[in-house]
Amino acid sequence: MSLAPLPAQADLVIIGAGVMGLSIAYQLAKRGAQDVVVIDRGYLAEGASGRNGGGIRQQWATEMNIRLMQRSVELCRGFATELGVNVWFRQGGYLFVTRTARDQARLERSVELQHRCGVTGTQLITPQAAAEIVPELAYKSLVGASYNPDDGIVFPWPFLWGYARRAAELGVQLHTHTPVVDLERAERGFVVVTPRGRVAARRVVCAAGSWTPSIAAMVGVDVPTFPIRHEICSSEPLKPFLKPMLAELNSGLYCSQSMRGEIVGGVTIPGHGSSHSMASSREFLATYARRLTRLMPILGDIKILRAWAGPYDGSPDGNPILDHPPELPDFFLACGFVGHGFMMAPVVGELYGEYLTGGAKHELFEQASIMRFRGGPSAYAKEDFNLG
Amino acid sequence: MAKIILCRCEDVTLHDVEHAVAKGYDHLEEVKRYTGFGTGPCQGKECLAPVALALARLTKAAPSTIAPFTARPPIEPTPFRLLASDPAAYRFDDEEPLEPDPSGGP
Repeated sequence: MSLAPLPAQADLVIIGAGVMGLSIAYQLAKRGAQDVVVIDRGYLAEGASGRNGGGIRQQWATEMNIRLMQRSVELCRGFATELGVNVWFRQGGYLFVTRTARDQARLERSVELQHRCGVTGTQLITPQAAAEIVPELAYKSLVGASYNPDDGIVFPWPFLWGYARRAAELGVQLHTHTPVVDLERAERGFVVVTPRGRVAARRVVCAAGSWTPSIAAMVGVDVPTFPIRHEICSSEPLKPFLKPMLAELNSGLYCSQSMRGEIVGGVTIPGHGSSHSMASSREFLATYARRLTRLMPILGDIKILRAWAGPYDGSPDGNPILDHPPELPDFFLACGFVGHGFMMAPVVGELYGEYLTGGAKHELFEQASIMRFRGGPSAYAKEDFNLG
Repeated sequence: MAKIILCRCEDVTLHDVEHAVAKGYDHLEEVKRYTGFGTGPCQGKECLAPVALALARLTKAAPSTIAPFTARPPIEPTPFRLLASDPAAYRFDDEEPLEPDPSGGP
């Protein structure tokens, strides 16, 4: 943890040292931005960035997300070389399976859209063909499947360490264990108030994930995102056998085998209210175990070692909120990613890096503006493939 | 040089912990993530205290200021089959009737 004193001023302060804040910091510094400070209330990987399943996929149901994720997969491919850290990126593919005609129709719509967007690697396949990829699948009760061999998984923690270390080498100051307790408007920008000191910032990027509404409220911005507790668990390590990430559309069940051999996965349990609780529940373990062993009965005797939880950053229309609110030209948002902020962070960091160093402003910022929640038009199609 | 093992499940040595601290990962939760200690079958029951003590010594912190990492359920490694029979499971709308599927490998 950095105990260096906070600087009295900075050009740009990023609140949140999760994958989103660190990716933006790195991309800014890479483009020569000086005077960037990242502040986080906890340790690296304490929030959702350190609690997710590490899935990286191009199989989405909106054109925007498909195109963004094509670029993110590309960035992940070069991550180890560029950032000098092994993130255990493994392109084992993503295998989606369906159990009902309704979900099969959703799957077919999304695959058609992916093909139109140039993600031609995704194929609709039969349950039998799915069982050729994963022979342990109980495939006879499935309706259909889709497979993209270029999707993959990463180990989330080194992803953060890589961004943090390289950003620091490029001059970014990172201060963990430093909660932001207030954000004051100043004549020129803001004052970021922490128990360790005050930083005058010309610009602020709020990358606080599901904690964004409380930070934005400090400067009078009402952000309609909300935390959703999502649980996940890990099994004992097994000999490598499971190549792709498996995802079941109806239940939101997903699981993959980590490079350590553990089966890591979760499931969507509907009907829970918004909460920042990180408690584990018996309902989750039971539901996940029931769905997982139905899909892969051979796992019945495998033992689960640990379960944990993290907050999804829920958004009313399933899509993120980016850019600055019109009344605050120097306060930028990056929230509402509904559980896929991790895989979006490489590309969103790149786009923000361009934008905030005076480069091109991608159309994403217009579409993801907060104005759609203030009666403005919404151009961002509703995402149907938010899992877990 | 002889190795001093602190976490037997994951083969984490004293040297690994020193390395993590030298890299700046000196919060117990960060040491867990950087070295993998406490993530094996015992889930920290054996290794938590020795690692915390090593960390206290390396960071010159009072042992009483180092909180244990969050305990994760279940208490003992538990087979999926047992958990799957728990009536607490949420029932999705595709589960009626839930017939066993005999396919699915060996």
